Amino acid sequence: MEENKRLVKVPTMAEMAASGEEPEILFWVGCAGSFDDRYKRVTRAFVQILEHIGVKYAVLGTEESCTGEPAKRAGNEFLFQMQALTNIEVLNGYNVKKIVTACPHCFNTMKNEYPDLGGNYEVIHHSTFLQQLINEGKVRVKEGGSFKGRRITYHDSCYLGRANDIYEAPREVLAVLDADLVEMKRVRANGLCCGAGGAQMFKEPEPGKKDVNVERTEEALATLGTGGNSVIATACPFCMVMMNDGVKNKDQEENVQVFDIAELIAQAEGLTK
Amino acid sequence: MIGIENIIFLIVAAIGIGLFVWQVRNIRKNVLMGRDTTLNDNPSERINKTLLVAFGQQKMFKRMLPAVLHLFVYVGFIVINVEVLEILIDGIFGTHRVLGFVGPLYSGLMALNEVLAALVIIACVMFLWRRNVTKVPRLWNGVELRAWPKLDANIILITEIVLMLALFVFNIADMKRVLLTGGEVVGYYPVSQFFVDVFGDNPEQLYVIAKVGWWFHIVGILAFMNYLPSSKHFHIIMAFPNVYYSNLKPKGKFTTNPAITHEIKAMLDPGYQPPAPEMDAEGNPIIQRFGAKDVEDLTWKQLMDSYTCTECGRCTSVCPANITGKLLSPRKIVMDTRDRMEEKGEHPAIFAPNHYKELGEERVEVTEEKTLLRGYITPEELWACTTCNACVESCPVNIDQLSVIMDLRRYLVLEESAAPASLNTMFTNIENNGAPWAFSPADRFNWADEIYVPSKN
Repeated sequence: MEENKRLVKVPTMAEMAASGEEPEILFWVGCAGSFDDRYKRVTRAFVQILEHIGVKYAVLGTEESCTGEPAKRAGNEFLFQMQALTNIEVLNGYNVKKIVTACPHCFNTMKNEYPDLGGNYEVIHHSTFLQQLINEGKVRVKEGGSFKGRRITYHDSCYLGRANDIYEAPREVLAVLDADLVEMKRVRANGLCCGAGGAQMFKEPEPGKKDVNVERTEEALATLGTGGNSVIATACPFCMVMMNDGVKNKDQEENVQVFDIAELIAQAEGLTK
Repeated sequence: MIGIENIIFLIVAAIGIGLFVWQVRNIRKNVLMGRDTTLNDNPSERINKTLLVAFGQQKMFKRMLPAVLHLFVYVGFIVINVEVLEILIDGIFGTHRVLGFVGPLYSGLMALNEVLAALVIIACVMFLWRRNVTKVPRLWNGVELRAWPKLDANIILITEIVLMLALFVFNIADMKRVLLTGGEVVGYYPVSQFFVDVFGDNPEQLYVIAKVGWWFHIVGILAFMNYLPSSKHFHIIMAFPNVYYSNLKPKGKFTTNPAITHEIKAMLDPGYQPPAPEMDAEGNPIIQRFGAKDVEDLTWKQLMDSYTCTECGRCTSVCPANITGKLLSPRKIVMDTRDRMEEKGEHPAIFAPNHYKELGEERVEVTEEKTLLRGYITPEELWACTTCNACVESCPVNIDQLSVIMDLRRYLVLEESAAPASLNTMFTNIENNGAPWAFSPADRFNWADEIYVPSKN
């Protein structure tokens, strides 16, 4: 089957600028998407989708740096602004207009907090981007692909949902899979956090009865039932880590997998074979 | 006819209203201790929000039963105020049911009042039941819900029941007396008519009972009004301005400190000229702390929030940290802010600050420092927050609990470098590697190796 595959050369902004070109979108990968082994698979799936639809995109590659978001949520406004101002210089230097990212934390901070510091871009989260592709007919999942009939529950990311009122886009993306979509009790504006936001990802939790991700995973598992072969869908690298850990904590890896919505679409489209 | 009774009434009313104005001025002074912030943009959106969230009780309806019960009390409060206006006029000028001239409209109003008063009693009894018998967790648990807030809630509910009963006593006795003396009953009383005979048929006695009911009702209202500033019940006034001055921006947008921006720009570019600092009245530059250590470091809106809080605990009941047994309770943050503000500034007639040490609350390890941070709110609480905005979303009166948590965190980090060690490691990683983890920036693009897609033929 090798002859049916093509090696992807991910274009960088530097290369584009050198040849006098400007991409339509900048794909902001984020730190988790660049370094976390699990989330790198999401980055790759998203690139496969970008290649599949043939949009003119580029990444910053090694020129990318942390948005400063975790520093800001942890109270280190100084470090946040250092990062933000440096990033804005790079982005403005490349004349970037439109940014797509698979991380709700990068998305939120670039969309809402960068403008105060001179960074004005159209920032789109990959859930909204995928929804647009589906609406435009650029992504057509044939008969729901391999997810037909499987139970999927979507876990709302706080920084997409309450922070930016994005509740429907990821759900509409999942709707094309023709799966059995089930909702947890605490969803949308009432969604329960995975426990990683506000820089919790980088520290041990305070003393308590339970970890937040375990509480949330229990809810997801109760919603998915005991049928097995079911999926917790996420749209955030931190949520993914937390839900994965939760599933492991409950010894349910055999029955439940955690996927990002981009992975589900790429799989259903047959891009990952 | 104006007699001695009317003069007494006038004096009582003047004292009641005067005392209330004095208390409100104190509260205003406290709120103005806060930093300035401009929240006057988009008046039309603000008015809309006020109509929906404050007048329309929109966010209450996330929980149906309390929403409906609260609606009875709320509509009752607004409509019965029209009768209070009449009582004031009657009381001052010695008239009797002065608004009666509007005829059928008056009958309708009195009928509505009676129905609402009955619903208020039913709702308040059910609220008392929920608080004291079924003990709804958010109304019963939490270190911030010590004796006083619980007593306060019960005082409010019992007072409302008693005030409504006084209104019925007046209506019943007044109606019977008018009937006995062959007069025409002004207005229609669908509830009182069933109880018309309970006070006997001695016109003089009925006159006295009606008077007592009337006086009790109006003096009760004046007293209750003066109780408000010391109570969570002050929300009936503060909810409206507080919603008007809501944050209209996406909840994910946290504030940016421009002073830090200037500092960094000056660092990166030696030629950068930061703007001159703002001066106070005496011409000294105003140097503000980074983040918040005490109440004066918060904005007036954050302080206003704490006067609007009705301690319903919806925020705490949806907080992921609190649900999983951490010390953090967003309601406590808001109540602590109010207590500290009244300790530091002015305070209303009844003042009962929450000193956790004196209360023997061992889990809240506050210090003797007379500041909001550590004196009331501990770093352990602040570091448990996931910044998920569930508290902000749940608040029926648009309090921004998260902004206070963030400002206190900023003080800990920027002024004291007192972040947990693991967060300091994260900061160092970002500084050195451009990522919160200890990975080499040179490896950042490795994910792109060997990605294949099906080739299109």
